[in-house]
Amino acid sequence: MATSGYGYRVVTEVDPLLGKLTLGAFPFYDPIILTTFIVTVILGLGIFGAVTYFRLWGYLWREWVTTVDHKKIGIMYMILGLVMLVRGFADAVLMRLHQAMAASGGEGYLDPHHYDQIFTAHGTIMIFFVAMPFVTGFMNYVMPLQIGARDVAFPFLNNLSFWLTTSGAVLVMISLFVGEFAATGWLAYPPLSNGQYSPGVGVDYYLWSLNIAGIGTTLSGINLIVTLVKMRAPGMTWMRLPVFCWTALCSNVLIVATFPVLSATYALLTADRYLGTQFFNAELGGNPMMYVNLIWIWGHPEVYILILPIFGIYSEVVPTFTGKRLFGYTSMVYATCVIMILSYIVWLHHFFTMGAGANVNSFFGITTMIISIPTGAKIFNWLFTMYKGRIRYEEPMMWTVAFMLTFAVGGMTGVLLAVPPADYVLHNSLFLVAHFHNAIIGGVVFGIFAGFVYWWPKAFGFRLEPFWGKVAFWGWVIGFWLAFMPLYVLGLMGVTRRLSQFEDTAYSIYFIVALIGALFVAVGIVAFLIQIAVSIINREKLRDTTGDIWNARTLEWSTSSPPPAYNFAFTPRVYELDAWHHMKANGYKPPQDGFAPIHMPRYTSSGVIIAGILTVFGFAMVWNIWWLAASSFLASILYSIGHTFNYNRDYYIPVEQVRQTELARLGSARGPMAAEPAE
Amino acid sequence: MKKTHLLLVMVTCSMLAGCNLVVMKPSGDIALQQAELIIYSTILMLIIILPVMALTVFFAWRYRESNEKATYAPDWDHSISLEIVVWSVPLAIIICLAGLTWVATHRLNPYDPVRRISAEQPADPTVAPLIVQVVAMDWKWVFIYPEQGIATVNEAAAIVDRPIEFQLTSDTVMNSFYVPALAGQIYAMAGMQTELNAVINEPGVYEGFSANYNGFGFNHMRFDFHGLDETGFDAWVDKVRSSADTLDTATYQRLQQPSIDDDTRYFSEVGDDMWDRIVNMCAGPSALCRDDMMMVDALGGGGIAGLFNREVFRGLCSSDDPRGMLAIIRPELEFRAEEIIAAMGPVEPDAPQRQSPLSLPQTAN
Amino acid sequence: MHGNPTLVFYEQEDPHHGEDHDHETGTMLGFWLYLMSDCLIFAVLFAVYAVIGQNYAAGPAPKDLFEIELILVATFALLFSSITYGFAVIQMEAGSTRGTVLWLVVTGLFGLAFLGLEIKEFSHLWHLGATPMASGFLSAFWTLVGTHGLHVTAGCIWLVVLLVQIRLHGLIPENRRRVMCLSLFWHFLDLIWIGVFSLVYLAGVLL
Repeated sequence: MATSGYGYRVVTEVDPLLGKLTLGAFPFYDPIILTTFIVTVILGLGIFGAVTYFRLWGYLWREWVTTVDHKKIGIMYMILGLVMLVRGFADAVLMRLHQAMAASGGEGYLDPHHYDQIFTAHGTIMIFFVAMPFVTGFMNYVMPLQIGARDVAFPFLNNLSFWLTTSGAVLVMISLFVGEFAATGWLAYPPLSNGQYSPGVGVDYYLWSLNIAGIGTTLSGINLIVTLVKMRAPGMTWMRLPVFCWTALCSNVLIVATFPVLSATYALLTADRYLGTQFFNAELGGNPMMYVNLIWIWGHPEVYILILPIFGIYSEVVPTFTGKRLFGYTSMVYATCVIMILSYIVWLHHFFTMGAGANVNSFFGITTMIISIPTGAKIFNWLFTMYKGRIRYEEPMMWTVAFMLTFAVGGMTGVLLAVPPADYVLHNSLFLVAHFHNAIIGGVVFGIFAGFVYWWPKAFGFRLEPFWGKVAFWGWVIGFWLAFMPLYVLGLMGVTRRLSQFEDTAYSIYFIVALIGALFVAVGIVAFLIQIAVSIINREKLRDTTGDIWNARTLEWSTSSPPPAYNFAFTPRVYELDAWHHMKANGYKPPQDGFAPIHMPRYTSSGVIIAGILTVFGFAMVWNIWWLAASSFLASILYSIGHTFNYNRDYYIPVEQVRQTELARLGSARGPMAAEPAE
Repeated sequence: MKKTHLLLVMVTCSMLAGCNLVVMKPSGDIALQQAELIIYSTILMLIIILPVMALTVFFAWRYRESNEKATYAPDWDHSISLEIVVWSVPLAIIICLAGLTWVATHRLNPYDPVRRISAEQPADPTVAPLIVQVVAMDWKWVFIYPEQGIATVNEAAAIVDRPIEFQLTSDTVMNSFYVPALAGQIYAMAGMQTELNAVINEPGVYEGFSANYNGFGFNHMRFDFHGLDETGFDAWVDKVRSSADTLDTATYQRLQQPSIDDDTRYFSEVGDDMWDRIVNMCAGPSALCRDDMMMVDALGGGGIAGLFNREVFRGLCSSDDPRGMLAIIRPELEFRAEEIIAAMGPVEPDAPQRQSPLSLPQTAN
Repeated sequence: MHGNPTLVFYEQEDPHHGEDHDHETGTMLGFWLYLMSDCLIFAVLFAVYAVIGQNYAAGPAPKDLFEIELILVATFALLFSSITYGFAVIQMEAGSTRGTVLWLVVTGLFGLAFLGLEIKEFSHLWHLGATPMASGFLSAFWTLVGTHGLHVTAGCIWLVVLLVQIRLHGLIPENRRRVMCLSLFWHFLDLIWIGVFSLVYLAGVLL
């Protein structure tokens, strides 16, 4: 083994048994990683012990790991997002602390190679393994309920998609303790990410984890589109579809239309690194600018993949808590579709400075600005929904108002960056960093919390305790403003992103304020976790028996909380937009007889096994353990083929069981769900 | 929410008072126009952003549940006139902004020579710009001054109020050449040449750096950019010329070794073809230059034999005997030799994108 | 609340009706969407070929490498396999398991013939030294054609699996659905190959 001198430990000899994996690959000489490792091991042992002690392994395996129930898979996506949020946020605090120290005349405590890995991991994790799982989780949980379906179109595929995403997350987490992560920035531009300039295993971890997770995301996109097209309840025409479902549809169309591009691009970079092809090497006829174009053809729509469903969440929250119909439903739908289409023709605005001509740059600048028109229309629509409403300031609504105020600023700086000559001075600066955090935290993250609090009672049958929620809210909102407003200023002072050493102490105060902001956010995150814990402990006090705790308007609230495995004993029939509101207004009473057996998919362990084998495959590829890579790849193919020989994939819930479940549900329900008293 | 806002605005303002917003208060005319553009665009957008934020706060407060006086219209969900406002106001703003963008992007196109020295003084078309050739290396900047025949590491200088033409390339990964006080950034990439035209209006020493993350030594990829008057610049050139070092192939190959936080270095002489070879990725030993390679490709490739001895094509572009060269590569094209050689011609020294000899005829027919 | 008591808000359903049928069309739509996403992967590879396909790095160009007669034979093998797959589907519609299996086997043989010719071409190129590492053009060429080849390989494996499944269970609805999915896949690969043949081989040799 040799150390190249620039942070990379380069292994030149590939052992036939262990590949490039040697003892030196475990970076325990680094006290930060060692501490993290010890804490992780203790936590892991604690969880392992608890699960064993309470004999939960069988339960977890039967009821969760192998589940094909879209609700449980949705919840598992949320858990994945939450765990990875903590990891990604820990990276953020490390960076904030280091920059505050380094900008105040010190050296900080991280060497550049470590720092470079941290910002790369932070970006990768926050986009792929926090925002994506949260958004996919919401779509999984809520969308089938909103359209009156019993599950998604391909339940097994749904399980597989989840485990593939998790597999990618696992590989990223392994890179923390075995080897290293990429030190290239979260999009890994070549030539920096090629074998010559990034000789370590970091970029390989990056590529394999995202390739595996990307397949999961594409499959999930296909699955949810088919669900929306084919499984809407009778009467639910397109223009009666809840706005969240519309945004989910557009988001999934974008997933199917862009994630293959990402996979192909990563595959080409993988080929460059592993086989020595020339795609992105200028020496022998490749072109690194091609990578930048391809990756942003995925990258820009990705932003809208994240934000569109979140816009959908706000569109559900606002009517519910204002007690009003959504203002301008039709224009909301068209705005969503327009954003979906436009998001595909703006990618070049990420590299105005790469030397394109003035015509090209202005074209992409102007298309970018045009997106702000439908987005602005959406903001106005929420605004006019609030107008003449009766606004109940429950937490989801608080997040929404905070979003409207914060996102307006983020949108404005975004349009500013779309002006090419302005971008020449702001590109790659902390102004840019402030902008996209403004859009992603102020837009996506606030919306995730709004949705989380809004649908939690639906998922678990009790609401979240509000005090700690409000602490979390203020922690996040104040923290966000404190953390990112200084970065706008620093950007205007000419400070570039991704720096870890500073010669000028004039930046000190801003970085310190930003650090304080990050600590406020930390308070927000901790308060949020406390909120969940406290709510679970006090669940009986917070119990909701109505199934419709917020007096909401869409179909997911027409069934009990939590819904039975089959969601609806009878497929709902829809006559209007806001179907549940319409049902309530027309004196709907749930039927008490005439139950039929319900056709349901069987749980299966194939998804987790295939994804597990692929995780091994990814790890083996990263470390060049060829025998393991080949055999695990073969195993995953053979196992998948074996899975197709299983024709016994569904069953019927017997009518008696349905009747008992329904009567128990109706019996416990008070409010609109309740059955009429026996006569 | 409102209180937090107010507090934040106050904190931000007090913080702004003490700092140096170099992007907003630059010393070069191009950067100045870019800063003005930021201000105009922001004002344009605030026309809509401020009322929206104010309305949000107002509605959020006015229509709170406890306010019984406020009207409640649960089924009101549509208004043609409001919809028209909702779509047309943003549209109007964006039309203005798009116009501004189109004009400004063309006016501030980094490839075009500067049109003015400052707001009061148009550029004199008879004054040729000072040409500075910039090479981004791991992790230092090399500046070549072809007119003066000198080169430096990590230090650049230019004459106040005289247009500058930076020609940019990279010997390594993607970099971005950025002097905030002077003008916006442009990427420097291996195997190709980009360009940035600018002018510095005030004497002084300004910070320049790579704005694009480029690996381990990124933090220290910095240089000083000196704005000097005519005599000061001449003195600086003399100082560089008095150096004993010269930038030849051997020196360049030593520079190619990665290094961090390099001292300033001066080179009194630069090999004539140094820049061309750097741009064409053949400053190192025995590589075929990209322009030669692209010429071969444009002529239909070097055949299977080319896989093993690419080097025979070296010097194709600058050959004294192009017909002889052509006879070696593509004997079957002999009948069109005149036409092809005319098209090959000398590549113009300041063609913006040398890497794509698109003017060549399709020769493979 | 006053409502319209005549509205019925739920479906009184017959458990065995509708469900299965819906699922059928769902699978076909889903498979279509998958093919479109796969199509995008090929779109990227075609785009890459368009961008760097003329960068020979002073090495060989298409007309130094391609044996168009061989490729033409391979193309016809693949085109015929699409037709024979069509016959298999006709036989399936007619309810003949034997005919279906027969034509599927013929399709598979054509597929294998195509693959054989492709392997022959690749090994020829490799021995010449025209490896994917040699130039931008060769990287793009090997990846585009190779990805298509991998798809055909996957199709052949699927075909074998399907034959086993038909043998085990006959033409039950699940298997019929699978035959239709593979049919879409197979025709899709044919379509992609027409693009490869015209844009890579024909354009490379003729232009």
